[in-house]
Amino acid sequence: MSAQWDPPVRPEYELALSPAGAVQAVRPLSAAQRAWRFGWLRKSALLLLLAIAWEAVARLQANDLLLPGALQTAHALAAGIVSGELPRYVGVSLAVLLQGYAAGIAGAFLLTSLAMSTTLGRDLLETLTAMFNPLPAIALLPLALLWFGLGRGSLVFVLMHSVMWPLALNTYAGFRAVPETLRMTGRNYGLGGVRLVLQVLIPAALPAILSGLKIGWAFAWRTLIAAELVFGTTSGKGGLGWYIFQSRNELYTDKVFAGLAAVIGIGLLVENIVFQSVERLTVRRWGMQR
Amino acid sequence: MTVRSFQLVATDPLLRAQGVTLEYAGAHSTVRATHDVSFDVYRGDRFVLLGPSGCGKSTLLKAVGGFIAPRAGSLFLNGLPITRPGPDRIVVFQEFDQLPPWKTVKRNVMFPLLAGGMGRREAEARALHWLAKVGLSGFVDAYPHTLSGGMKARVAIARALAMQPDILLMDEPFAALDALTRRQMQEELQALWEEIKFTMLFVTHSIEEALVVGNRILLLSPHPGRVRAELNCHQFGLHSAGSAEFQAAAARIHGLLFDAPTPIVAAAPAQRVES
Repeated sequence: MSAQWDPPVRPEYELALSPAGAVQAVRPLSAAQRAWRFGWLRKSALLLLLAIAWEAVARLQANDLLLPGALQTAHALAAGIVSGELPRYVGVSLAVLLQGYAAGIAGAFLLTSLAMSTTLGRDLLETLTAMFNPLPAIALLPLALLWFGLGRGSLVFVLMHSVMWPLALNTYAGFRAVPETLRMTGRNYGLGGVRLVLQVLIPAALPAILSGLKIGWAFAWRTLIAAELVFGTTSGKGGLGWYIFQSRNELYTDKVFAGLAAVIGIGLLVENIVFQSVERLTVRRWGMQR
Repeated sequence: MTVRSFQLVATDPLLRAQGVTLEYAGAHSTVRATHDVSFDVYRGDRFVLLGPSGCGKSTLLKAVGGFIAPRAGSLFLNGLPITRPGPDRIVVFQEFDQLPPWKTVKRNVMFPLLAGGMGRREAEARALHWLAKVGLSGFVDAYPHTLSGGMKARVAIARALAMQPDILLMDEPFAALDALTRRQMQEELQALWEEIKFTMLFVTHSIEEALVVGNRILLLSPHPGRVRAELNCHQFGLHSAGSAEFQAAAARIHGLLFDAPTPIVAAAPAQRVES
């Protein structure tokens, strides 16, 4: 037996709208809620907690030679900076790093431009990235030393290798993901070739290009420190990796930690200041990335 | 600044399609999108390509835009064959991603003007003029992602009109909008046309939209697109939507498209007029 449900017939009604201002009252956030919205504050709190844990473990261990504490490392770092020793090493490393990074970017853009314009270029890019992207840059170092000698050239070569492939891969993926409509819009206005790439494809693929630049930066940094650790100084002027290596030889473990802290600190600085600012001014402002 | 008015002298057809056959490469074979399609568009026309999905109407529009070369037949604009995309035929697409997200509303309208080599100051003045025409003066510095769908469509229309192209190609420009906004946009397009009398080629799959927006309709049948009829609809405006004549015309088109017997034949007002 099935029951029949007849909804009741209800009276109609109309309402005069109340003014909108009366309905939406703005409620301010509390100070704690506001503070919680700052990413850097949350991250700093997290870092502080980690440092406290580190210090606690170091004190339990009570062996300066194996594990200096956070305070001791901070001391060594401050002393290194004040004496000018650490900034000098950092400067040497950064100069090489920027050269290799720039060379890698140039190579990647050359390769992706080729890939965008011809089928053979695309095959070349796909094959080369498949071959070389998994190859650790440091594995090329012995060869680079043979070719370019014990100097800056070898470092720039391995850095270029570590930046170029991931960046090319990302940029190419970004170009291919540009909506067909946008591309057609550009062609509709008479844009073609280089102008289409510069005015439409690059800005449209910027989220992918930026992520490629970030990956490339991280790869370059770790490759550089590793390379400096392996073959040390070039013509008497060492970088941060050399500083870490040398300090370990002299059993200044706190200086080793200070060197590592400098590596991490520069990485954080570039990520949070350079890349975040670029993202905030471009892709996030344009609504292409949240 | 000076805005040159669109010409309204009916002489030779502005756009002439002669036996256009279009094909595109599918996964396993070439697919014929349209077969032997001919039509003429005169200056001031609101020419509608109407048909169910798969009739090749969007492909036809892209061919007029110069993005696809016909397999057979020819397309002429102002007596010259269409060979490549160009700023004399500006396309308004349906998709919202036709507006570069990295440009503000104003810069979006300036973009094609600057690409065509116009000076920055004149381009800006022109962009502001046309944005005012579509009622977006208050949003010139907004980025596209902050706009509603209807506003994005308005930016695209302002950008197209600012170029003062010979012909405006509209590829289902309102299909992705909600019903209320679509209705409003049809009204605004109508008002703009009354004011400026531009020429447009309008693709749609909605019979009502075709009758309301156009003055002449090319009916295409699907798989592949062939011409089924060419009808007049200049007598219908936005406010004739409920009338008996309008219903009859809609029923007639429905019958032509789906080959069903047309219920109201006697009342059909729009007769085929040979041009």
